Amino acid sequence: MIETSINNGKAWRLLGGPFAFAMLLLVAPLLLMLTLSFWTQDYLTLDKTFTLNNYKEAFTEPIYLMLFKRSLFIALSVTFLTLLIAFPIAYYISFYGGKKKTLWIFLITIPFWTSYLLRMFLWKVILGYNGVFNSFLSWLELIKEPLTAILYNANAVIIALTHGWAPFAILPIFVSLEKIDRSILEASRDLGDGPIQQFFRVILPLSIPGVVAASLIVFIPTIGEYITPKLVGGTDGLMIANMIQVQFSKANNAPLGAALSVSSLIIVTVISLIFVFANRHFLRKY
Amino acid sequence: MGSDAKYLRLFVIISLVFFYLPALLLPIFAFNESQVIAFPIGGFSLRWFKALLLETTLHQALGNSLYIAVVSSILGTFLGVLTARAYSRYDFSGKKASLSFILTPLVIPELIIGVALLIVLIQLGLPLNLYTVILGHTLLIMPFSTLVMMSAFNNLDRSIEEASLDLGETSIGTFRRIILPMVSPGLIASFIIGFTISLDEFMIAFFLSGTQPTLPVYIWAQFRFPVKLPGVMALGTLLILFSLLLLSLSEYFRRQILKSKITEVI
Repeated sequence: MIETSINNGKAWRLLGGPFAFAMLLLVAPLLLMLTLSFWTQDYLTLDKTFTLNNYKEAFTEPIYLMLFKRSLFIALSVTFLTLLIAFPIAYYISFYGGKKKTLWIFLITIPFWTSYLLRMFLWKVILGYNGVFNSFLSWLELIKEPLTAILYNANAVIIALTHGWAPFAILPIFVSLEKIDRSILEASRDLGDGPIQQFFRVILPLSIPGVVAASLIVFIPTIGEYITPKLVGGTDGLMIANMIQVQFSKANNAPLGAALSVSSLIIVTVISLIFVFANRHFLRKY
Repeated sequence: MGSDAKYLRLFVIISLVFFYLPALLLPIFAFNESQVIAFPIGGFSLRWFKALLLETTLHQALGNSLYIAVVSSILGTFLGVLTARAYSRYDFSGKKASLSFILTPLVIPELIIGVALLIVLIQLGLPLNLYTVILGHTLLIMPFSTLVMMSAFNNLDRSIEEASLDLGETSIGTFRRIILPMVSPGLIASFIIGFTISLDEFMIAFFLSGTQPTLPVYIWAQFRFPVKLPGVMALGTLLILFSLLLLSLSEYFRRQILKSKITEVI
């Protein structure tokens, strides 16, 4: 018999390489980033005395506070909007997709195999002054002057990111809906639940793990988004990632950049944990 | 119930239009004669595709990207195989915690990974080149590969492995001659996924590529020059076609995994 019993030696001989790799390329760099965030840089010389000044600056300077708030606002809005779009689609495919479920999923994922950079850039083409959206509206004679309120602000970033991440939210919700035992639905109908009651009392609660997974999949990368705000955000739509990049290049203040990165990472972790614990709490209730 | 489904269906179709909108614009502007990326469009032209043939920096960037994608997807898959094999084959202390650790790159924004690696390289005084990008991409691919390979290993029938051991094959020989061939569809799927991730990855490459741009870093640089944009559209069109080819390939191998699972049951 092949044992699945405790086998530390053999398992860790396999895991040694991947583990060392992750330690060297993930843990060590993150620790160094943490260390750097307590130092200061004056032009090219690095002052290695311990200080909390970078964090003080990150959490008191209005510009950084505003960027953190805006990044949080954009990421949460995008998460909410993608769920709003993804849930009905996942629901439709799971309950009305019949034999064509795989085809539907395929249809949804195809456009997202285009380069991410290009998709985000195309939103600039769509929302721009002479863009697709404006020329369409003026062709319909709905507007006389092109709309300028839709490009180079936080709204444009939210639209583009919602588009970019919606399919990633559809998949986990779809999987959790597929896992729902259809006989439970029959039971709830037999016991007198109408379609709306059934949705809120059976389907929605059972799909919560998928919804939480979808939220994390969308929220984590969008809060650290660099490309989209740079392309369609203008100055009013820039996010914290853009500021971090500036600190490492033009501003030449790597320690402050490191402090901003560590702070973002902490914010991401705290909010992700809230999502996860809310999910656990919710699951215990049901 | 019938009318509910009708409204839902309408919503799904409108969403699909929203999803396809940007991708559909690519070929429109790629074959458009006009220099300006705006409506109304001009006549049909292949000039932007022809112009791509003369862009030597593009060819270098493409070469760099392909090299990085091939090497990092092989390395990532190799690390993924080791990890997945340990998790699907053995029980050991710290199993759950160490798996979450291996999967952490999935839940850290790429910007942070890029920045952290950049800090290390600068502190060590190491140069930025293709190999630094490869390291970053391998880190990113490893967790995906681990997940794909875990599903491939979990689909294996243990008794085949037992039979091989009973017949006198060593455990290394069994792994090489029996197990690896049986999970080869998984290996190829993992390779394709890794390749695609690397080819499309911008953030880490942006920080770590130094003076040797990858394809996304090259495209990013072109965005600043309006003259270059139609060429970028043509390039994007070619990239979609290439991605669709890869997508079909990986779908084919995914089905092979499912098929091998079915024959096992029979």
